[in-house]
Amino acid sequence: MSAPSIFDRVLDFANRADPYPLYRQLREQPVRREADGTFVVSTYREVQALLHDPRFSNDRRKLASEYAGKIPPDEASGGSFIRTDPPEHDRLRRIVTRQFGPPHRPTRIADLEPDLERIVTALIDGFADRHQVDIVADLAYPFPVAVICDLLGVPAEDEPRFREWVDPIVDSISQLTPDRVAKRDSATRDLGAYLNGLAEQRRRNPGPDMLSGLVTDDGPEGRLDDQQLISGLMLLLVAGHETTVNLIANGTLTLLRHPQWLERLRQDPESSIRVVEELLRYEPSVQFLPDRTCVADIEIAGMTVPKGAPLTLMLAAANRDPAHVRDPDVFDPDRDDNEHLGFGSATHYCFGAPLARLEAQIALTQIAQRLADLRLVEDPPPYRPSPVLRGPIHLPVTYDKVKPVEITG
Amino acid sequence: MRVVVDLTRCQGYAQCAFLAPEVFHMVGDEALMFDPAPDDSLRKQVLRAAAACPVQALQVDMSISPRREAPPAGTASPKTEELKRNGRIVIVGASLAGLRAAEMLRSEGFTGTLTMVGDEPHDPYDRPPLSKQVQTGWVTSADTALPRRCDVDAEWRLGTAATGLDRQRNVVQLADGAELEFDRVLISTGVRARPWPVAHEAELDGVFTLRTREDAAGLREKLMAKPRRVLVIGAGFTGSEMASVCVELGVPVTVAQSGPVPLYGALGAVIGRISAEIMRERGVDLRNDTRVTSLEGDGGRLRRAHLSDGTVLDVDVAVVALGGIRNVEWLQGSGLAVGEWGLACDTGCRAFDANALVTDDVFVAGDVARQRQPMFNYQYVTLEHWSNSVTQAEVAAHNMISAESDRWPHLAVPAFWSLQFGNNIKSVGAPPIADQIAVTQGSVADRRFIAAYGYHGRVVGAVSFNLGRRLDYYAGLIEQAAPFPLGPELTNSADDPSAVPAEFPERTFPGYDATVVVTGQDPSERRATLVHATLARRNR
Repeated sequence: MSAPSIFDRVLDFANRADPYPLYRQLREQPVRREADGTFVVSTYREVQALLHDPRFSNDRRKLASEYAGKIPPDEASGGSFIRTDPPEHDRLRRIVTRQFGPPHRPTRIADLEPDLERIVTALIDGFADRHQVDIVADLAYPFPVAVICDLLGVPAEDEPRFREWVDPIVDSISQLTPDRVAKRDSATRDLGAYLNGLAEQRRRNPGPDMLSGLVTDDGPEGRLDDQQLISGLMLLLVAGHETTVNLIANGTLTLLRHPQWLERLRQDPESSIRVVEELLRYEPSVQFLPDRTCVADIEIAGMTVPKGAPLTLMLAAANRDPAHVRDPDVFDPDRDDNEHLGFGSATHYCFGAPLARLEAQIALTQIAQRLADLRLVEDPPPYRPSPVLRGPIHLPVTYDKVKPVEITG
Repeated sequence: MRVVVDLTRCQGYAQCAFLAPEVFHMVGDEALMFDPAPDDSLRKQVLRAAAACPVQALQVDMSISPRREAPPAGTASPKTEELKRNGRIVIVGASLAGLRAAEMLRSEGFTGTLTMVGDEPHDPYDRPPLSKQVQTGWVTSADTALPRRCDVDAEWRLGTAATGLDRQRNVVQLADGAELEFDRVLISTGVRARPWPVAHEAELDGVFTLRTREDAAGLREKLMAKPRRVLVIGAGFTGSEMASVCVELGVPVTVAQSGPVPLYGALGAVIGRISAEIMRERGVDLRNDTRVTSLEGDGGRLRRAHLSDGTVLDVDVAVVALGGIRNVEWLQGSGLAVGEWGLACDTGCRAFDANALVTDDVFVAGDVARQRQPMFNYQYVTLEHWSNSVTQAEVAAHNMISAESDRWPHLAVPAFWSLQFGNNIKSVGAPPIADQIAVTQGSVADRRFIAAYGYHGRVVGAVSFNLGRRLDYYAGLIEQAAPFPLGPELTNSADDPSAVPAEFPERTFPGYDATVVVTGQDPSERRATLVHATLARRNR
C-alpha cells in the first residue's frame, strides 16, 4: 500500500480542524489523479471552468462502469435535482423554485426576516440563566431546522425526530462504512415514509407552506412525481439545514478567532452582510463536491479527464487560490469583488443560498451583539466526521451575560 | 440610492431578487430588471443583494471600500508620477464610459485635476433602462443616474458640447468658447440616434428616436395615451425591445424593417427566424423586407404611415430604431484617424492619428472607439455594447496614468444582452463574421437553447436564449479558437446539432488596405500622408 495522497489526508479525520495547508499542497497541481481513478481539481479557474462546462455531469449514471461500483450508492438526495443534469435538472428545479422564490413567489424569503429574527431572539433569550452554551446544539442547529420545517410545512412537534434521521444521512456522505450505510438506509426509509404521509395530508388539506404548493399548485411544467417529490424534500431538509448549521458555527468560530470583526459586528450590524460573504469563501460549509463526472473527455490544466471518470471539485481550496484572490488566507470581509464558490456555481448553484445568507447574517449579528464577553472554550473545537459538510459538532462558548435585543429599525 | 447591474456579467442566479424583491425582479427564467433608484429605506436589502451576487455584477453608490494601502510604488518614472499627482485630464463624453474612466482614474490614485465635459445637461445615466423599465412605467427616465462607485472629484461641464480638439496646444474647445488644457484627454462621446431621414416627417409629434432621457420620457407619455398603433421602424435590438414593451403594455404594434428577419445583422437569419416567430406569437404585426416610405401627419401630429408593401397604417407613434451616428464631427481637423466609423485606436485605447501614428495623450473608449478586434479577423470595429464601454474606459484610464511597461491591453471577448418578450438573449464573440451556426444545447421549441457560430471551422461566437449561465464555456471556446462544430457529447445536447449556413448580411467591414483601415474611411479619401521615402532622404 502506497503512502496516503494529499487528498487521502484531507479525508483523514485527524486533519478536519484545518485542511487548508493540505488544500495549498493540492493546488500545486491543479488536477490530480488519485489511485482509485478519481480526479481531484483544486484551483479556482479549473473548478469554475468545469462547473460551467457542458460536458461536466452531476448524474451518477454517467460514471463509467468500472467506477460505478466503487462510488457510494445513492445518498438521500440521490434522485433529486442535485444529481441530474439539464434539461431534466432545470425543469425539476423550476418546479420547486416556483414555491420558493422569484419570479413566481418573489418575496417568500425576504418576508421571512422578522420570523428569523424572532426565532434567534427567543433562542438567545433562553441563554440568560447560563454562562456557557454550545453554539451548535443551542442555536446553529435549532434555528435553521425550525425555519426549514416551517417553510416546508413540517409541524414543529416533529422537529426532534429529524436529528435521528438526518444525522446518519449527513455522516454517510463521502465517509462510507457498512455500518453507516445501514444506518443511513434505515434513516432514509423512515424519513421518506414520514414525508409521504405529510404530503398526503397536505394534498387533502393544503396550507401556505411549500409542501402544500408542491402537491397542489400546477405550474406550466406540471408537478413532481412521488419519487421526485420525496427526494426533493429530503434534499431541501438535509441541505436546507446541515449547511446552515455549519455556516453559523464556522462563522462564530471565525469571529472569535478574529475579535476585531466580532467587535465591528457589535458596532455595525450591516457588516454582517460582508462577514457572511467572506465566511462563505473562507470557511465554506460545503468543502468539496465529490463523485461528479464528465460525458466526454475533458482537457484541463494539461491533464485529460476521461469520459466517465469520477471528478471531485475542491470548492474550499479554490476559494483560497492566490491566483484568484489576494491574501487568500486572510479573513477580510472588506475585500472587494468577493467572487467565491461557497455556494458552488453554474447549474447547481445552491438552491437555498438566499435563505442561508439571511439566517447566518441574523444569527451572527445577535451572537455578537447580545452575548457579552464571548469566549471560546476550546480551540479547535471537536468536528463532525464529514470532510464534505465540514463544521464543529460542538462549539462551547462562555459569556458574561445576555443583553436584550437592540432595536435597530 | 443608485444601482446598476452589469447585465453582461449577470448569470441570472436571482440572489438579488430573493434578497431585495422590491428592487430586483426576475423576468422569465433568468432575465433581470431592476429599479436604478431605490428608496434609501431599502439600503440594507440592496447591500445584501450586492454582496450576494455570485458574479459581483451589482454596482451601488460608493460601494468600493477605500483602498487601505497605497498602490505599489512600482517602477513608474518621475514623469508618470508627476502626471498621476498633478496632471490635468479632460474626459469628453459624460456617460457610462466617461464616468467609469473617471472612477478608475481616482481609484488608481490619480490626484490631479479632472474635468468632465458632456453635451447633455444630466449627470451620467444608464441608457438600457430607457427602452425597458422606463417604458413599462416601473421607473421614470429621471431615475436612471449611474451610481458613483467613488468620489470622482471632477469639475463638471455639463450641457456644453466639445467643438474641437487642438493637438498642437493640447486643448479641448467647448461650445461656450472655453478652452480646457490637458495632459491627457479621453474621448468617449458615444453615438446619437440616427434620425428619420425626412426632416419634416421626423419633426411630427409622435415620431421618436430612443437614445436620451428626453426621448424616453416623451415616448412613455405617448404610450400611456393609448395610441391606436405604434410603428417600430427597424428590427435590431432597440426596435425588438420596443415591440416587446408595446406587447407588454397591450398597445398594438407593427414592426417594419428592410431586412428579411429581425436581428439579422447581429445574429443572422437562423436566429432571426426564431425571433420573428416569437414576435408573431406575441401578436406583433411584423413586416419584413418592408420599408416605411413616408410618415404622414395631420396638424403636426403623426397619423399614418405608408409602407413599401402598399399598405397604409393608422399610427399615432413611430419609433425610429435605425441605429446610431457616432459623435465625432467635433474632431474634424484634429488630425486623428476619425470618421463615421469612429476613432481608431490601438489595443491600449490610444488614438491613432490619420497617419496611423499612435498618440501619447489622446485616448478613446466606448461607442466611438474603433479598435482591432481579434474576434473580427483583426478588423477595426466599434462595439456598441455596455460592457465594452466599461472595459475600454477602465483600460484607457489605467493606461493614461501608467508607465509603458504597466499598461493593459483591451482584449475582451465581446458580449451583449437583450431582453425581449420575456426572453433573455445573450451573445458572446463575433457572430456576424460566422459562416455557419449550430444549435448545440437545449431546445429551440422551448426557447431555451444555445447556438454556436463557426467561421472557417473555428468557434467565433455563441448566442443563448434563456440559458445564459452556460455561455461562459463558449466564451472560452472562442478565446481558444476551438474547432467548430463542437463534439456531440454535451449534457442537454440539442436534438439536431448539425451546422447550417449562418445567413448574415454581406459584411461591410472597411477594406483590408492598411491606410484605409487605420484612417477609417473610404478609400477615395486617402488622408494618410505617405512621406516615408522623402522623409528618409531628408534625414540622411
